[in-house]
Amino acid sequence: MTGAAARLRVNPIACDGRGLCAEILPELITLDDWGFPVVRDGDVPDGLYPEAREAVRLCPKLALWLER
Amino acid sequence: MSAIGAGSQGLWFVSRASGLAVLASFSAVMVLGVAQRLGSAPRRWPRFAVAELHRTLALFSVAFLALHVVTAILDPYVSIGWAATVLPFASGYRTLAVGLGTLAVDFGGAVLLTSLARVRLGWRAWRAVHWLAYVAWPVAFVHALTAGNDLRIWWVALAVWGSAVAVATAAVARLLEAIRPGTRSGRPTEGPAATSGQVMREATPGHARS
Amino acid sequence: MRAASSHHQLADSPGPRLSQLPRLLAADPWAGPASLAEHIGRYGLPPSPGLDQPRRRALIDEVAQSGLAGRGGAGFPAARKLAAVAARRRALVVANGTEGEPASAKDKVLLAVSPHLVVDGAVLAAEIVGADEVTVVVHHAVREIVDAAADERRRAAFDRVRIQVATGAGGFVAGEASAVVHWIERGVAAPTLTPPRLSERGLRGRPTLVQNVETLAHLALVARFGAAWFRKAGTPEEPGSMLVTILGAVPDPGVHEVAIGTPIDEVLGRAGGPAAPLQALLLGGYSGTWVSAAAAALPYSSASLATLGASVGAGLIAALPGDACGLAETARVVRYLADESAGQCGPCLFGLSAVAGEIQRLADGRLSDLSTVRRWLGQVDGRGACHHPDGVVRLVRSALSVFGDELERHSQGWCCATGTASVLPVPVRRHR
Repeated sequence: MTGAAARLRVNPIACDGRGLCAEILPELITLDDWGFPVVRDGDVPDGLYPEAREAVRLCPKLALWLER
Repeated sequence: MSAIGAGSQGLWFVSRASGLAVLASFSAVMVLGVAQRLGSAPRRWPRFAVAELHRTLALFSVAFLALHVVTAILDPYVSIGWAATVLPFASGYRTLAVGLGTLAVDFGGAVLLTSLARVRLGWRAWRAVHWLAYVAWPVAFVHALTAGNDLRIWWVALAVWGSAVAVATAAVARLLEAIRPGTRSGRPTEGPAATSGQVMREATPGHARS
Repeated sequence: MRAASSHHQLADSPGPRLSQLPRLLAADPWAGPASLAEHIGRYGLPPSPGLDQPRRRALIDEVAQSGLAGRGGAGFPAARKLAAVAARRRALVVANGTEGEPASAKDKVLLAVSPHLVVDGAVLAAEIVGADEVTVVVHHAVREIVDAAADERRRAAFDRVRIQVATGAGGFVAGEASAVVHWIERGVAAPTLTPPRLSERGLRGRPTLVQNVETLAHLALVARFGAAWFRKAGTPEEPGSMLVTILGAVPDPGVHEVAIGTPIDEVLGRAGGPAAPLQALLLGGYSGTWVSAAAAALPYSSASLATLGASVGAGLIAALPGDACGLAETARVVRYLADESAGQCGPCLFGLSAVAGEIQRLADGRLSDLSTVRRWLGQVDGRGACHHPDGVVRLVRSALSVFGDELERHSQGWCCATGTASVLPVPVRRHR
């Protein structure tokens, strides 16, 4: 499925470093030394779009969103 | 035995069985919810798996619950009435016991609906209602004790009281985390980064956050 | 009582005697705050654009032509901010005089000496953007003065908009624009996430213009005397004057008004010049940049300082004498900045504390390997909801560069410092 170009963004205030996003999207999200997500710059590749939406949905703090 | 009597027996049986199933799965949902929050699931389980399991089991519980409620109301031998699905203490049969069940449905229903609309509601509103799960469970439990007659069966009692112990443990662990953040009863669930992240965080003075 | 609005004031201005500095600090600082009458006597009446769109537009254009940039540290063009908020309805204005930077005193001094100039600017900004209310947020040290000024104006029915005065929160991040709004609204001085920008959704959900009090003071003068007059001082790219807090190894530390582009050693000369041979300068603020003492030959402007990776920032110049230890000073400041984290974002809360620990070890000579701290700096940069961690990263990177030789010595157990007094003031740790 091709979505319109979108960036994955983290709300650093809401984020608690629970780490689910990095499990679902290791290609785009790595954890820093304290367990908080570092999101790779740029748009989400089409192939990873479903995982990106999954990460947004499953974040316990609703700290992720896709920005067009 | 007459056909109606047999049918009624059947409905009643299904209601009791599905009631036990709801209690068991609801208890599992509670334990998983706490485990996800505290990061205390087995290390090899990814966190998103715990989250999804919590969610899926919750939906299963709704299915069992629907079966439990519908069969109980359809059973012609007891007069409960459809109103009692959501209106507490509207049942003629065992008003208090059934009423507690209704209350549990009401609270649980609020938790369910807000969880389905989580993204739209925002985290704060969702969480405020989610705490009601800790109210719904004990109410459902007392309903199980008072509305059913099956506790004399040994394995039913085992399942029921076992569930209670599991949920109580989870609740205590959650309470401890709330009053003293960082007291985790288990280990973080996944890879080196999150584990060491946890260690790094706890090494920082004044690190306590929600 | 104020005369009818005089928008023609721009043409026949008494400005000429004010082309020379000082402009904002023209009043005698020892005489106490200027009263409304004294203020009008010195600067003339403020023009009122009224509610008329063409006049509001014309004033925004005048500000645009003047090239006035924000004096709160970011240097954002004032006219653009005004235009962004003016394009929306039901706006509000916040004058930000919180001055969370502990070593900076310019906003307090400005409010203590010329409170009416600041309020003029705030009211003018409100009329330009169509706001019916301004909130002037000030450091507690000058609260009474500003209250008195606001009362004077209310008694004289001087302004068309409502003026509220509030005391800013203490704390380093409390001066950040969204933190000020959060503080006014909820009593929590913590930055909020942008988007949405304050110009779209700010105080009470309304479009909010947040401007530093010094910027508003300059605005009040541009509105009176025009863009051409404003540009008579400063450089073509960075016109006007600015307030500078000079501290450290100078005989006469304090706040001075200088034309942008003045050579830095001349600026230091206003505070009596260096009291001892200098080793380095800290420019901008505690989230600013260290530069070597040789930079004193440069003009004091962000354009020229950009070659050293620095900018004028919030107008702070701290002179570090040769006998001080730049690493020790930096370590103290970084520990302070780490403790001042609002604690909302993981990378800031944990990362800055970790960096502070490493820098302290560097200063103590117990560490020579920079790879960990460099990795952490990279992990922290840009990962907060506000720019607090970015500022710390900037400060530390510049310290590692400017004090590179000292680092070498420290790693071998030596420190060049012979002085024992600390140079950079850091407040005593507050308990939250």
